[in-house]
Amino acid sequence: MFAAFLQYLFAGLTSGAIYALAGLGFAIIFNASHVINFAQGEFIMIGGMATTALVAAGTPLPLAIVLAILITMAVGMALEKFAVEPARGADVTAIIIITIGASIFLRGAAQVVWDKEFHSLPAFSGETPLDVAGATLTPQSLWVVGVSVAMIVLLWWFFNRTLFGKAMLATSYNRLAAQLAGVAVKKVLLASFALSAMLGAVGGIVMTPITFTNYEVGIMLGLKGFSAAVLGGLGNGMGAIVGGLIVGIAEALAAGYLSSAYKDAIAFVIILLVLFFMPNGLFGKRGSERV
Amino acid sequence: MLLEISALTCHYGRIQALDGIEVAIAEGELVALVGANGAGKTTLLRCLSGVQPASAGTIRFDGRDITRLAPEERVALGIAQVPEGRQVWGPLTVEDNLRLGAYRRRGADVAADHARMVAMFPILETKWTQPAGTLSGGQQQMLAIARALMAHPRLLLLDEPSMGLAPLLVAEIFRTVEALKAGGTTVFLVEQNATAALAIADRGYVLETGRVVITDDGRALLADERVKEAYLGL
Ligand SMILES: Nc1ncnc2c1ncn2[C@@H]1O[C@H](COP(=O)(O)OP(=O)(O)O)[C@@H](O)[C@H]1O
Ligand SMILES: [Mg+2]
Repeated sequence: MFAAFLQYLFAGLTSGAIYALAGLGFAIIFNASHVINFAQGEFIMIGGMATTALVAAGTPLPLAIVLAILITMAVGMALEKFAVEPARGADVTAIIIITIGASIFLRGAAQVVWDKEFHSLPAFSGETPLDVAGATLTPQSLWVVGVSVAMIVLLWWFFNRTLFGKAMLATSYNRLAAQLAGVAVKKVLLASFALSAMLGAVGGIVMTPITFTNYEVGIMLGLKGFSAAVLGGLGNGMGAIVGGLIVGIAEALAAGYLSSAYKDAIAFVIILLVLFFMPNGLFGKRGSERV
Repeated sequence: MLLEISALTCHYGRIQALDGIEVAIAEGELVALVGANGAGKTTLLRCLSGVQPASAGTIRFDGRDITRLAPEERVALGIAQVPEGRQVWGPLTVEDNLRLGAYRRRGADVAADHARMVAMFPILETKWTQPAGTLSGGQQQMLAIARALMAHPRLLLLDEPSMGLAPLLVAEIFRTVEALKAGGTTVFLVEQNATAALAIADRGYVLETGRVVITDDGRALLADERVKEAYLGL
């Protein structure tokens, strides 16, 4: 009984950590630009796919990871520079549609550059599972959760301890005041896409040994990250983290106790419930929160 | 001239907000810009800071054409603005608000500037680690002024700094503006409180529906019948 529950919980926390990173990606871009970037899931896909391709080509794993993160960040910045930036001044809805178009384009490009197959990576530190109160915990799950926690700490440090991070926060709280203080808002937008791409890529890389990756994984992962962000209150960093864990755990429990057929439906149910019953999400309005 | 605006025109979409503005401000001057609500005062300051594009005309700062320069580059050149409605970053602390005021001054001696601001506005020290949003209106106005001063501006643009404040605080704000001028800062002061602004100004401009209609010494404007009638409620 309890062992089964614990097993589902571990699975939920592992995928929840990835959704939390994706949700943070949504939050960072939303705060900088009020744009919901529906290509966030493709960052996850590109991180994983680029790593597997580089490893297959003989690149050592650590180097492949670093390169894949840099590639994804470059894609994120190109997306901002060539698709979002030229449309500035247009309606936010129009820009959101541009990001949907970009996500379709990136999936197509991934098919052409790579292929349509599923790819995996070796687990970072072996496959020998740990036994925790009758449930098994794989070392890779610990990697996923540990790396996610490290990313969150890094983000906290960036936004609260560095001048540029504070300038990004200031821009989200009051763009005019930031401009008048000499913050280059264009740089803030570019950085928000780079940071979100990095978060997506890191999640996509650490999860690949567990879930595998292919050119289409970004669709579901992006939607789940979006539901995490909406559940936490769009633009609320803390909310995105809690939202991600809730979505992950809820779908793992649904898959375990009901049927795995319901797994992917959970995220959609959560989006609908939140939009109907608490449009501001769990943590209310944006304003006083910090990422 | 530190600032020279010639034939400046500005539009919001198809609505013309400024029409052929001519303004010149010398280094060290305190110049007031008065006019009714909707005359275009805020729009003129937005054009000077570069957050609103000019449709035509030129803005020269210290001899250099800055009409097309990005806002952050104008801050770096020494133009700082205290915008209408204070616009402090509510969730950020007083300290962070001030620190970001010096954003363009890399390697700045921020600690010394913080001390200067606290000496000028002692109330800020008692609120140092509190979110700016928890400050009263008057305190936020002082913070907004201090934040702009952190940029070490050569030209300070103030947009209705006395708006919505109690009389005692209004007097304090005007004393601060005079002290800044005495300290050598060039100030362009926008006010609906025309009497108080013209009383401390070297010169003044009266703006009416996007045009400069009268310009003269501050005291001369105070005595001008047309100005009295239209703006001073006398
Ligand atoms: N964002 C805007 N969009 C359209 N019209 C605007 C905008 N801001 C100001 N205006 C118009 O421009 C004119 C000047 O406004 P403003 O510069 O705010 O005047 P003031 O600061 O003197 O009260 C007004 O007619 C106002 O309605
Ligand atoms: Mg105004």
